[in-house]
Amino acid sequence: MSTLISLAYLSAAVLFMLGLKQLSSVETARTGNLLSLTGMGLAICATALKLSGQNLPLLLGAAALGTLLGTVSALRAPMTAMPQMVALFNGFGGGASALVAVLEFYKEFGRLAPLSCVTIFLSAFVGWITLTGSLVAFGKLQGILSGKPILLPGRHLQLVMILSGILALGVYQTVAGPQPPAFLALCALSILLGVLLVIPIGGADMPVVISLLNSYSGIAVALTGFVLFNHALIITGSLVGASGLILTRIMCKAMNRSLAHVLFGGFGTEASGAAPGASTGGGVKEATPQDAVTVLENSRHLIIVPGYGMAVAQAQYAVRDLARALEGKGVAVQYAIHPVAGRMPGHMNVLLAEANVPYDQLFDLDQINDRFAQTDAALIVGANDVVNPAAKEEPASPIYGMPILNAQAARTVIVLKRSLNPGFAGIENALFTRPNTLMVFGDAKKTLTQMASILKQE
Amino acid sequence: MVQELLFGVYIFVLAVFVGFELISKIPPILHTPLMSGSNAISGITIVGAMIATSHASSFILQALAFTAVVFAVLNVVGGYLITDRMLRMFKKKSP
Repeated sequence: MSTLISLAYLSAAVLFMLGLKQLSSVETARTGNLLSLTGMGLAICATALKLSGQNLPLLLGAAALGTLLGTVSALRAPMTAMPQMVALFNGFGGGASALVAVLEFYKEFGRLAPLSCVTIFLSAFVGWITLTGSLVAFGKLQGILSGKPILLPGRHLQLVMILSGILALGVYQTVAGPQPPAFLALCALSILLGVLLVIPIGGADMPVVISLLNSYSGIAVALTGFVLFNHALIITGSLVGASGLILTRIMCKAMNRSLAHVLFGGFGTEASGAAPGASTGGGVKEATPQDAVTVLENSRHLIIVPGYGMAVAQAQYAVRDLARALEGKGVAVQYAIHPVAGRMPGHMNVLLAEANVPYDQLFDLDQINDRFAQTDAALIVGANDVVNPAAKEEPASPIYGMPILNAQAARTVIVLKRSLNPGFAGIENALFTRPNTLMVFGDAKKTLTQMASILKQE
Repeated sequence: MVQELLFGVYIFVLAVFVGFELISKIPPILHTPLMSGSNAISGITIVGAMIATSHASSFILQALAFTAVVFAVLNVVGGYLITDRMLRMFKKKSP
């Protein structure tokens, strides 16, 4: 029986890997997700066979409640809310791992070998950080908490003190034997640490943080595997941990910043002394939607650059309508998507897919950047820092060195923007004052809808 | 005990390498579904929550176990559903 169960766990792990492999192409991705779901079902059934039957009603009740809550929240969330939903579910995974560690602590209490202590403490530590860190990220993305970095005085010292406290409590119990008060203190400090780690991080850095928390939840699972000596958990946890780490690295690279700088740098506070020479206000050419339409319909090739502003204005359908109307006039339309546009990796792709924009029109930075120079028009919808030429031209700028979309190379650049307010870091954008740039102010969705209707009337 | 733990570390290290290989091949366009999909997979911690529930003896431990299972199931069900919802939307150019 136990051999059978172990084999079922192995099959589950293989199904997860196959599922992830299928995610490498859009055609097979959905099957991949179903394969992975099958693996999950298999693992759950195998575990059910192993159980003694004690607390069965409790288990079933919890499963029913979790299924209900999970289904309702997953089906009701709008696509623009995906970053916070992923953060929330991620947090729950971490919380579950942390609770399992707590339960194991009390179950084995008195019999705990020093090595088991270490795995339980690590598992609780990472699990709690994942839970509270994700909840703070959720709060920021959902707008419950301010999206701006919240910087507490002496925060680096606080972090150091909390971390040494956790370490001391862990080492002490490993040597002197486990003690519930010390263990609970360790849990409480980890819970606090999760909050303090994410609270100073601003909205635009969320892609990095969500990827990192994703990785943590994987590591928490792997550590739970070590606590329970369950290889399925170890394999699966390390897959997820690796996935989160890769995404974190890609996001950091796309912002030209180190992970340490994102986590501890407090971006967006030092930027007040913004790049010199890029003073906005003067030299801005304001245009009406009608002017923009005139430029666009006389273009052969248009590249649309969406940013977080498109998500905020829920403008993805309006973007598609305009693109279709232009295609009807013979304009070739492509989309350029920066890795950190939006609030999580791939955020823009999902929104455009929701609006039925075919995915073969979506291109990432490396694929499309050389084409701006040959394109007639670039339309910027709610993007700012990812097209800021200061990243290339002004070594004094805080975003200097960040790879940007080369939109300024297009013959005409049309920027849809609510106002001249600078982006998240308070960095002014010299693109807006370039001679080939037209600014159309106002709500992106309204402007786009207006433009599409002008086109249709003609 | 040490042997068993060491074996676990072996598996961990090898799986991390497999993970890196698999994930590096995923195109940026699918990064959001990748996140929510891998997030759903990390709901495998449900296995731990189920086992822990079957051992919970006191009321407080049962309450904690109940919460652990609710969290893990939420993670699994919500994660897979949301990933599927997203993946269904990706379409090629319609004729």
